[in-house]
Amino acid sequence: MKSNPSAPEVRPPRISDFDIELRLLLEAIYLKYQHDFRHYAMSSLRRRLTQALDEFGLTTLSQLQDRIMRNGAEFARLFQYLTVQVSDMFRDPAYFMALRQHVMPVLRTYPSVKVWVAGCSTGEELWSLKILFDEEGLTERTLFYATDINPDALARAESGIYALDRIAGFTQNYLAAGGKRSLSDYYHAAYGGARFAGALKDRVVFADHSLSTDEVFLEAHLVSCRNVMIYFERALQDRALGLFQRALVRRGFLGLGSKESLRFSSQHEAFDEFCPRERIYQKR
Amino acid sequence: MRAQPSTVKRQAAPARPRAFQMVAIGASAGGIDVLNGLLAALPGDFSASVMVVVHLPADPLSYLVQTFSHRSTLPVLEPDAGERILGGRVYVAPPGYHMLVEDDRTVALSTEAAVRFSRPSIDVMFESAAWVYRERLLALLLSGANEDGVRGLERVRALGGAAWVQAPDTASSPEMPRAAIERGVADEILTPSTIARRLARLPAFIERES
Repeated sequence: MKSNPSAPEVRPPRISDFDIELRLLLEAIYLKYQHDFRHYAMSSLRRRLTQALDEFGLTTLSQLQDRIMRNGAEFARLFQYLTVQVSDMFRDPAYFMALRQHVMPVLRTYPSVKVWVAGCSTGEELWSLKILFDEEGLTERTLFYATDINPDALARAESGIYALDRIAGFTQNYLAAGGKRSLSDYYHAAYGGARFAGALKDRVVFADHSLSTDEVFLEAHLVSCRNVMIYFERALQDRALGLFQRALVRRGFLGLGSKESLRFSSQHEAFDEFCPRERIYQKR
Repeated sequence: MRAQPSTVKRQAAPARPRAFQMVAIGASAGGIDVLNGLLAALPGDFSASVMVVVHLPADPLSYLVQTFSHRSTLPVLEPDAGERILGGRVYVAPPGYHMLVEDDRTVALSTEAAVRFSRPSIDVMFESAAWVYRERLLALLLSGANEDGVRGLERVRALGGAAWVQAPDTASSPEMPRAAIERGVADEILTPSTIARRLARLPAFIERES
């Protein structure tokens, strides 16, 4: 190490002030609220926190940190920016079609089936899978676990209510995914929206679970975790995939988003490609 | 010659063209033909990475990669999330996803809400690439009928990158380049053939570890 007793060497900063403050903010959130965003992908965190600054009317993340440190309600508000809640029912219909055609026949051979929808957000994916399992005659023997870190999103998932103007898109996806009935068989108009309910409501457990900090809590036959890990850094992706690997039964299935791949993961040896195009993997 | 102070100002007229490590291109209505021409002009030993966002309806089947592959000597791909960004490759944003750059020079994809009705959004790509590449980023805004990309160019320039804009009178939809020029975020306003010629002659960027 160089030593200079008279004055510290002034070096050009290797990191922007924004990034320094962003890291400090994430550390503060972790220490104060035990939510660990420290290994989330920086590119979209920067974007969302820039939006949050606008929304809070602040100019620096240090100010924001000061605010959320002293006010839990303000943290709850910021929390909505730290997590992404955008989904559609039957998003990527080909995925659901592949589950229907190739995965269901295998799951049908089990007397009981457990499905983990990890990072279920506001529940669109969960209800899509519930409908699919219902149409494939697996409702009675299947238990669903829907988990997320965002309590508001979980509550909305559990309510199963979506804005009416989204239903046309959902219906189009449902049909493209090989839907056997009419999507309207599964919801009714309520609370100014469409409410997915009835028999779909049974046999679902909603739980607060963090892919960053929590452990495996079940044995699953299918894990569906789509467009959740795209917001994670590689190391955190590997952690989450490790959880899935341990949760899955031998030859259990893992479904990812249409642009997610195990190619870059330390876990890729633990899985075989089952439906490569639809990003469905099978544990070795 | 005396040593320059550490804050070197951008040269007004560099004798030698500037080197860039990343060329980020945004296009909308009327931009595909221009892109085809630009990609065809890039030589096989082009050293920078290229990222492309084109507004298209979120159709799961994207023909862009096929279209561009026919014309470019460089490999053209629609990246998966986490794909490494290498020189001499063209990365086309998948329909329905924002495409960003992670600090470790990998592609990040996001399903966050559309930005000004667009996903992928040119602004999102420009802004995230600017964070990572800074003065090593060249951003190009081509023909388009909206204002996507303008805020992104602002960010690119604020972080030291360069912004080239297609001359509106050469664009079949001039609104997008015109908006950039009116906002004052265009370093240069160029015809497609000039852009192609200058891209083809970009010097290789040599990375120095400090």
